[in-house]
Amino acid sequence: MSNQAIKNIADTPYAYGFSTEIETDQIEKGLNADVVRTISAKKGEPLWLLDFRLKALAHFFKLVKEDRHPSWAKLKFPKINFDDIVYYSAPKQKPKLNSLDEVDPQILATYEKLGIPLYEQKMLANVAVDAVFDSVSVATTFKEKLKEAGVIFCSFSDAVAHHPDLVREYLGSVVPYSDNFYACLNSAVFSDGSFCYVPKGVRCPMELSTYFRINAQNTGQFERTLIVVEDDGYVSYLEGCTAPMRDENQLHAAVVELIAKNNAQIKYATVQNWYPGDKEGKGGIYNFVTKRGICKGNHAKISWTQVETGSAITWKYPSVILKGDHSVGEFYSVAVTNNYQQADTGTKMIHLGCNTKSTIVSKGISAGHSNNSYRGLVKVAKKAKGARNFSQCDSLLFGDQAGAHTFPQIDASNLGARIEHEATTSKISDDQLFYCRSRGLSDEDAVSLIVGGFCKEVFKKLPMEFAVEAQKLLNISLEGAIG
Amino acid sequence: MTSEYLLNIKHLHVSVEGHSILKGLNLSVKKGEVHAIMGPNGSGKSTLAYTVAGKPDYAVENGNLEFLGQSVVDMSAEERAQLGIFLAFQYPVEIPGLNNAYFLRSALNALRKARGEEEIDAVDFLQLVRSHLLKLKMDERFLNRAVNAGFSGGEKKRNEILQMSLLEPRLCILDETDSGLDIDALRISADGINALRSDERSMIVVTHYQRLLNYITPDVVHVMVDGSIVESGGKDLAIKLERDGYDSFIAKAKQGLASVIAS
Repeated sequence: MSNQAIKNIADTPYAYGFSTEIETDQIEKGLNADVVRTISAKKGEPLWLLDFRLKALAHFFKLVKEDRHPSWAKLKFPKINFDDIVYYSAPKQKPKLNSLDEVDPQILATYEKLGIPLYEQKMLANVAVDAVFDSVSVATTFKEKLKEAGVIFCSFSDAVAHHPDLVREYLGSVVPYSDNFYACLNSAVFSDGSFCYVPKGVRCPMELSTYFRINAQNTGQFERTLIVVEDDGYVSYLEGCTAPMRDENQLHAAVVELIAKNNAQIKYATVQNWYPGDKEGKGGIYNFVTKRGICKGNHAKISWTQVETGSAITWKYPSVILKGDHSVGEFYSVAVTNNYQQADTGTKMIHLGCNTKSTIVSKGISAGHSNNSYRGLVKVAKKAKGARNFSQCDSLLFGDQAGAHTFPQIDASNLGARIEHEATTSKISDDQLFYCRSRGLSDEDAVSLIVGGFCKEVFKKLPMEFAVEAQKLLNISLEGAIG
Repeated sequence: MTSEYLLNIKHLHVSVEGHSILKGLNLSVKKGEVHAIMGPNGSGKSTLAYTVAGKPDYAVENGNLEFLGQSVVDMSAEERAQLGIFLAFQYPVEIPGLNNAYFLRSALNALRKARGEEEIDAVDFLQLVRSHLLKLKMDERFLNRAVNAGFSGGEKKRNEILQMSLLEPRLCILDETDSGLDIDALRISADGINALRSDERSMIVVTHYQRLLNYITPDVVHVMVDGSIVESGGKDLAIKLERDGYDSFIAKAKQGLASVIAS
């Protein structure tokens, strides 16, 4: 694929033009208490939630005043003017199209490469869906199935309206509003997100990923997700989409909180493919995410799996607090950066309980002029007897302009802790490529095979139907990285 | 256009990173023939192997390189592989994480696709590759390991022969397949190569030592010195080389060069 063609795909969002014919329900730019009150009022929120938001706002102002904008990450970007942002706009109506013929051919080509089925392509491109596939009925079937099982799964706003006690009990319990700069901002102005509650002893009857695929919704700029799984419950959740995600908002700051009780298990997978900016590094999303789960009960297990290919800036450390004895935390990550993208991502595993166990597998791929950093913390508290951690951080480099960095931190206060860290850095070599090509494989196939081998351990953790797509997504992200 | 030669090289000049390595090399290989190319270190044997296989940065400055009657100079490595050229590497490359069986199937399917044939599915492939393993007396565990990663020298070479067997090329170029092998591994590898000899398949065996030729009997032996072939003969030539060394040929090449300069 030529550089021009890649550039075309990269440039698509602006060519596609979200700015026309959009119904807007916006408030004025800027961040202040009135804005927060307006957001809360528009959503018809109870007082306690407004209170939560205002406390967060006050703390955020304090952080800004003290200039406590986090600067420790290996990321370079101009200072963000938080008063130059619109903090509330109602879910936007994308222009409805009548058929796929009206969709930008470059976007269709990407869907094609990802192998997304035709009806889903229509959903994603916002084409009116015909009788062959009635999305509403499928979504309804899902909802009924979940309801039957007793699983609550709805938008965050719906949860506030219909299950206020649950939200109130758990909101901010894993990521307090004062946790960090961006989480604090999110707590003040969060737009919407998802809420999931799995009652005691219930195994969620379906992968919640399936639901998302056909409801690729505009989640907004400041997303808030809360998942609570009671004793012996289980849920597998996939956020995001392999299809390219376009958004005109440059700054994204999401917060995700997971709570797993005794014997509960949460699998949380993310595929992030936001607009990464163009080949020269202009534009692109800034993605500052706080994701944290707590294994509250004994034998609880939380697994984070992420495939990060998009965004100009990624700042993200999905973490697990291993509070319950024998609880397990896992982090499997593939982060790809190309052109001028920057990613600073990793995890924190906080061992508090006895015999807790964590596994970290991080695969960073850097191409072009990009920088890709792994940043991790393994902390073992004094009382965490028998804690174990295994970390593996591998970096794969394309060309000689890209950077791969690893910042692992180990902080063990219990002498009996067993912590292993393995790291490798390798370069995709011309010799490897020639070897594959001399067997009849094209350059692109060769890259795909080598990268696929490199990421295998992580892809294995993804829901089956996404593993194949994720591999294809990587190939698209790395097109033009060779030669 | 058809040709009696499978591979036909005329006056080939090749440079690598600005250094002239092959200097007017001629070599013609007929269908079914096995040619051995011997020569001292630095004579350009491996350069010849890489050039025929189409390694990037091996620039053909002059001359012809024809395979099956058509020039392959402007073809990519994969196009040449798809035509039936196979290079068994002197130092097979390790690709960590990539499952060997998956790699082999991908390569086979790339060739099949290029030939307009159906791709082979995982089940049929497993059956096929097992038959090749059996033929080469190789362990099935080869399949589940990463491509060459952590293989011993002998295992790497045998993996090359497995690929050669599976991909069924028309021309096999064996670049110092004997280097780094102990006598047992050498015999096993040679048995594998011999099993692949046929009237339809030609081979170029590049070697520094005569010992591999004790197991693989060549039809023609060439001596290569300073980028060109200075002498060709039967398998007796290899024995003579083993006994007398390359000195007389090096001297002859220098003399030839001197006479060229003088004229």
